[in-house]
Amino acid sequence: MRTRALIRLAVILSVAGLTTAAVAASADDFKAALAKAEAANKQAGALKNQWTTTTNALNAAKKAADGGKFDEAVKHANEAEALANASIAQAKGEEKAWADAVVR
Amino acid sequence: MLRKLFVAAVFVVGAAQPLLADNAVDPQADFKAFREYFTKRFPKVQLDDFVNGPYSMDEGLRKQWKAIEEFPPYEFAVDHGKEAFAKPFKNGKTLGDCFPNKGVGIRQNYPYFDTKSGEVITLELALNQCLEANGEKPLDYTSQEMAALTAYMAFTSRGKPFDIKIPNDPRALAAYRSGEEYFYTRRGQLNFSCASCHVQSPGGHIRTEVLAPALGILNAMPIFRSEWGNMGTITRRFQTCNSQVRGVPLPGQDVLYRNVEYYLSYMGNGLPISGPGARP
Repeated sequence: MRTRALIRLAVILSVAGLTTAAVAASADDFKAALAKAEAANKQAGALKNQWTTTTNALNAAKKAADGGKFDEAVKHANEAEALANASIAQAKGEEKAWADAVVR
Repeated sequence: MLRKLFVAAVFVVGAAQPLLADNAVDPQADFKAFREYFTKRFPKVQLDDFVNGPYSMDEGLRKQWKAIEEFPPYEFAVDHGKEAFAKPFKNGKTLGDCFPNKGVGIRQNYPYFDTKSGEVITLELALNQCLEANGEKPLDYTSQEMAALTAYMAFTSRGKPFDIKIPNDPRALAAYRSGEEYFYTRRGQLNFSCASCHVQSPGGHIRTEVLAPALGILNAMPIFRSEWGNMGTITRRFQTCNSQVRGVPLPGQDVLYRNVEYYLSYMGNGLPISGPGARP
């Protein structure tokens, strides 16, 4: 019973994946993804903890968009957002964790 | 009822005490613990030798350094810094006019906490403040010109022990604590703190580089790095460390950089100024 449910789920996800892949990203999709990534990176900047890799991904996204490659641009923007969110999580975690490393 | 209140009070006080102790800023206790950590971990290294960074950790590197010091690569910077220091501004004054003792033999007293502005003043910042106060253009904190000026000032202080003071002022203690926090905070995609390399791993290698101990690490600044092929200021060193762990560097002389310099310099108190230095 459980195996069947899992197989059904896999089939649904595969179809969903194919459907998503089939629809090309638009300039608006890119703009939305970029806005989210830039907002997250701005928050990391307020915490003084931006990552160079986030900047690189943002630049790659803009470059791809300039060339009209919106699928690629959205992919890089999503990557930038994920990196920025990771840097925010790092900064927040370190607000307390740093003290454990102090030589005492 | 009274007994219950007493028991409750004991619990509250008991719970609050460790919190207060953890949050207390005690630079002297930190200094003692920091020094003990390094001297116990490296019992064969003479205390004053820690200022020589990787050379105190690696005999092979020390031999190379001794050979390099016969014709020090920072010598041109010292000469240029001396000239620039004495060169009159448009108003006829010089950089020397902004500093005690005309700027000679005072590097060991920087950074200091300025009670008027409530901020940490580093040597690099003081130099730019002097330029601006005299109508001159401030220097880039990573420039060769800034490195030359600080190299000259460090050279005139060679052998003098770092003498960083932390006044009993809550703002100074907060700046010190902020510097300590910055030093131990992991950052960048590689998740490294300054301490990851310079407290937890001194003497170890990152690729071919031998990591310097944090104790006395600023006493040799500024440095000529063979890897760079020119001089580097403290700002440049901090910014490079940030980018090496894939973190976006802060602007030159950002308050956090000044605070971490304050903290680290205090940890080097009593150790001689050895700058300018030469590093691989």
